[in-house]
Amino acid sequence: MTQLALVIDLNVCVGCHACVTSCKEWNTSGSAGYLSDDRPYGEDPTGCFFNRVQTFEVGEYPRTETVHFPKSCLHCEDPPCVPVCPTGASYKRPEDGIVLVDYDKCIGCKYCSWACPYGVRELDEHQKVMKKCTLCVDRIYDTGLPEDERKPACVLACPTSARLFGDVHDSDSGVSVAIREEGGYALMPEWGTRPANHYLPRRKTHISIHRDELDRYDNPLKKEGELPKPDISEPSLDDVTSW
Amino acid sequence: MHPALSVIFLTTLIGVGQGLFLALYTAESYHAVGLLPAQSPQFYAAGALLAVAFLVAGLVASFFHLGHPERAWRAAAKWRTSWLSREVIALPVAMGLMFVYGAVHYMGWDLARLGIETGIPGDLTLLVGALGVVATFGLFLCTAMIYASIKFLQEWASPLTVINYTVLGIASGFTFATLFAALFDTELVNFFGGWAIIATLAALVTRLSSLLRNAHIKYKSSTQTAIGVRHSIISQRSQGFMSGSFNTREFFHGASRLWFRYVKWIFLILVFPVPVVLLGLGITGDSQGALTGAFAAQYTGLLAERWFFFAQANHPQNLYYQTVG
Ligand code: SF4
Ligand code: SF4
Repeated sequence: MTQLALVIDLNVCVGCHACVTSCKEWNTSGSAGYLSDDRPYGEDPTGCFFNRVQTFEVGEYPRTETVHFPKSCLHCEDPPCVPVCPTGASYKRPEDGIVLVDYDKCIGCKYCSWACPYGVRELDEHQKVMKKCTLCVDRIYDTGLPEDERKPACVLACPTSARLFGDVHDSDSGVSVAIREEGGYALMPEWGTRPANHYLPRRKTHISIHRDELDRYDNPLKKEGELPKPDISEPSLDDVTSW
Repeated sequence: MHPALSVIFLTTLIGVGQGLFLALYTAESYHAVGLLPAQSPQFYAAGALLAVAFLVAGLVASFFHLGHPERAWRAAAKWRTSWLSREVIALPVAMGLMFVYGAVHYMGWDLARLGIETGIPGDLTLLVGALGVVATFGLFLCTAMIYASIKFLQEWASPLTVINYTVLGIASGFTFATLFAALFDTELVNFFGGWAIIATLAALVTRLSSLLRNAHIKYKSSTQTAIGVRHSIISQRSQGFMSGSFNTREFFHGASRLWFRYVKWIFLILVFPVPVVLLGLGITGDSQGALTGAFAAQYTGLLAERWFFFAQANHPQNLYYQTVG
C-alpha cells in the first residue's frame, strides 16, 4: 500500500510563502480549471488556495520563538471528510492514498469542509465546488516531466527544502526515515484522523561544555602562545611538535 | 459556525411539517381506539397537504444552500456512510408517504379495495400513516445526525442534538396543528393544544440540558495540538492572508458577543413561555388570534434557536484563524 504525503520541517521553514504562490500558480493553470479569486488587487481580496503559511509565536517576550506553519490537506489515512460526502465526490484513492474531490460530482454542500478538523478545504466561490490540495496529482505521475520534477509544486518551490514528499508507508523512504528519526508528528491526534502528512518539530542543537573542557590539562601552567617548535630532527609527538 | 439561512429554514420548516403529520396521526389513532370523535376526510387531507407543503418549502430552502442544485440527485449516492445522503432519501420518502396518507383519506379508501378484509374502519390510512410516522422519525434522526455525527463539533456531538431536533419539531408541529384545528373548527383544539404545551415544556427541558452541557464543554483541541508544539503560551501572528477566505467566512458566526447572547434569550422566550401562554389562552378563550400568535412566536423563536445552534458550535479549524496578521 502506498500513501503519498508531505513531511514539513518546521525547523527549516522560513515562512516565505513560495509554496503558497507556486501551488496557486500550478493549480490555477491546471487541467481542472482555475482557482478563482475576487478583487485580487482590490481592497478586500479573497480567493481559493490549497496551501497557506501561517505564523505562530511560541513563548513570551523575550523568550519567544517564531514558528512558520505551512498548512494544506493532510491526506488523512482515516479521512473524516470522505464518508460524510453525500455524492461520493470526495474520495480517497486506494492506489496512493491521495484524497481528492471530483469537481464534476460535487454539489457544493460544504459538508466535507465541516467534517475536516484542519480547515484545509476551501469552496471555490465561482465554480461552487469544494477544492483542496491534490498533492499535484496532475504532475507527480506525468512521465513527460523529468523524473526529479515529478513532485508537488510546493516541494519544488521551497528554497530551504522544508518540504519532503514521498511514500510514508515505505519504511525506507526519505519521508519515513525523517518521521522516524527526527520526531515527525501528526496534527490534532485527538480526532483519530491519522494524517498522512507529518511535521518535523523545531530542533535546537545544544552542546554541553564541562569545566574540565575549559581547562587544558596539557597546559597546566595556562601559558598561551606558540608551542615550542623543536628541530625537524627531533622525534615528533602530538601536541608537542607543530607538524 | 456560520448560520446559513437556507439551513435554518430547511430544518425548522420540515420540523413543523413532521410535527404536524405526527399530530394528525396521533388524532387518528386516538380515534381508532375510540378516544376521540371521527374527523372529516377533508380535515386529514388538508392537514397532510399542509405538512407536505412545509416539507416542500424546506426542500426549496435547502437548494439555496447548494453550489450546484442541479446535481442534487447525486446526493442520494452515499447513504451507506453519509447522514446527509440519508436525509436526502428520507425527506422525499416522508413527503411521499404524507401525501399518500392525505390522498387515501380524501378518497376514503381502505384495505378492502386490495381484497384484504380487516374489518377495521380506516385500516389503510392507519397503515400508511404508521409508515409515515416511521419515515418522519427517520427524517428527524437523519437531519439531526448530520450535525451530531461530526465528533469534533463538540457542541453538536451529543444525543441531545437528535432529541432537540425531534422534540422541537413535534412541539412546533402540534402548535401549528392546534391553529389548524381551530381554523377547521373541530373539537381537536384542546387535544392538539394540550399536547403542544406538553411537547413545548419537554423541549424546554431538553434544550436547557443541551445549553447546560455546552456551557461546560472541555475542548479537546487547542492551538498546541493544532500545530503540535508543547508550550503553554502560543499565539498566532498571521493566518497567512490579509482579507477573508472561505475558512474565515464559513466557520465564524461573525455576530457580536452581545447579539449572540441576546439571541439565546430571544429564543428561550419565544419558543417556550410565549407559546405556552398563548396556547393556554387560545384553548380556554377559543381565540384563533392567540393560537396564530402562539405559532408565529414559536416559529420565529425557532429561527433564532437554529441560528444559535449553528453559531454556538466551535469548529477546531478556527484555531488556525485567530489573527489576520
Ligand atoms: S486534512 Fe481534512 S480534507 Fe484533508 S484528508 Fe484530512 S480531513 Fe480530509
Ligand atoms: S461539498 Fe462536494 S465534496 Fe464536499 S461533501 Fe458536498 S458534495 Fe461532497
